[in-house]
Amino acid sequence: MILLDRVTKVYNRKSTALDRISLHVEPKEFVIVVGQSGAGKTSLLRLLTREEKPTSGKIVIGGVDYDKLKDRDIPLLRRKIGVVFQDFKLLPNKNVFENVAFALEIVGMGNREIRHTVPRVLDIVNLKGKENNMPHELSGGERQRVAIARAIVRQPKILIADEPTGNLDPKNAWDVIRVLEKINRYGTTVLLTTHNQDIVNKLKRRVIVIEGGRVASDRANSEYHL
Amino acid sequence: MSGMKRLNTFRRVVRTGMLNFVRNAWLAIAAIAIMTVTLTIILFSIVANATFANTIQQINDKINISVYLDDNVTEKQRTQLSDALKKLPNVRNVTYISKTDALDKYRADNANKQSLLQAISETGNPLPASLSIDPVDPSKIEDIKTFLDKPENKQLQDPQAGTSYSGERKVAIDNISHATNILQRVGIVAVALFAVISVLIIFNTIQMAIFNRRDELTIMRLLGATTWYIRGPFVVESVMHGVIAAVVSVLFIHAVFVTASSALQASSLGLLDIGYSSQYFSHNFFKLLGLQLSIGIVIGAASSIIATRRYLKFKTSK
Repeated sequence: MILLDRVTKVYNRKSTALDRISLHVEPKEFVIVVGQSGAGKTSLLRLLTREEKPTSGKIVIGGVDYDKLKDRDIPLLRRKIGVVFQDFKLLPNKNVFENVAFALEIVGMGNREIRHTVPRVLDIVNLKGKENNMPHELSGGERQRVAIARAIVRQPKILIADEPTGNLDPKNAWDVIRVLEKINRYGTTVLLTTHNQDIVNKLKRRVIVIEGGRVASDRANSEYHL
Repeated sequence: MSGMKRLNTFRRVVRTGMLNFVRNAWLAIAAIAIMTVTLTIILFSIVANATFANTIQQINDKINISVYLDDNVTEKQRTQLSDALKKLPNVRNVTYISKTDALDKYRADNANKQSLLQAISETGNPLPASLSIDPVDPSKIEDIKTFLDKPENKQLQDPQAGTSYSGERKVAIDNISHATNILQRVGIVAVALFAVISVLIIFNTIQMAIFNRRDELTIMRLLGATTWYIRGPFVVESVMHGVIAAVVSVLFIHAVFVTASSALQASSLGLLDIGYSSQYFSHNFFKLLGLQLSIGIVIGAASSIIATRRYLKFKTSK
């Protein structure tokens, strides 16, 4: 599902963000990427969403070879990957319903279908009744769940979550993680980055540790200690 | 994309643009205000320039030169000269003024000066017949003078009077035509300058408005929206600003001329003939409205397309 082959990303001559990273993630896997700030986690995810281009190496996601990806096909690629960000990235002028609906509007789905689909997804993330709230009226946990609803509403094969619990208190953080687990059970490949040791250790999933832009360890059912 | 999806997308782009227009009411008011002011300046400078041009035309129309004919010149010679003059590119019209016409005019001009009238009736008619020549471009009157100075034409002229284009009168004509030429150029440069400044101000306003919402643009990009799906609503919004500003600017100038011309009753303020301005504006109302609308729409659309571009680019560096 996700394949990285000796991927290197150099921003300038002094700093190498990623150094010959090789990874293979199977469909329906739940993978946690850990590492300290500056280790290269975010760089890795930005390569997967094609916000950045690798300096060298090969990336193939869902059968799409990034070397052969044309600019005008980038939107099509992004529609197949759900992304959740630490800072939520909700559209400030749109209410909860519209934020989620936006993901469907851009693929040209009809209004009737959108009205049918969005409430079901808001139900999955426990946001029933908040449809008409604007983002600034919501708590951090609620905002992050809107972002998750938006990321999964198109039923992507891959969900990338970049420190989705980074700005949340423990209760809200676990709510978000439970939703990610639920989505994974439905068959979506989940790639989660986090700082939160507690979450990593209780989840008992495959853990990839990144240090200094390299894969330091890659173990199934793993724990992580700083 | 299927046809149905395309239609959905198009409707959404327009709807979102209109919705954003309403939701960003304060921004809309600010943008419309700035566009209105600048479009009004453009419109005003166009009308003022047309008025200047008209005033200059009126001054130029009054400039003519007379060639005074010798009393011995036959009708045939006179007609030949007149026809030859009419063929010159810079000659608009040639009028023959006979000796009797000249005397009548002299009498009319000096109706209250008994001594002059008496003197002229005692000496018979000393006034020469003449051809009055209206030039197309008074600044190129020299061409006509050169033609009249050719020996075969010179011999037909009254040896004392010659032409009126000489001495003080020549200096005055030259000064006026020089000044009007400069004024005309200044007018055109002023309109162009106002237009350029206005375009820059409007562009800057729209650019700042879009800068404020750059996060929205990048979020939409990350979610996989296509360039035009993101840009479209911004274009719709800016075009709406432009259309409203264009209409308001035309109505504003209209209101100014309605009140001004009724208040001043076609009086003139220095070189600016308000009566003519008002008349020009109402005669060309729909043309000017169309011009303002197209400026507003084109600048609005172009600015938002250019301003969104940088936030929608994909990274190409490795």
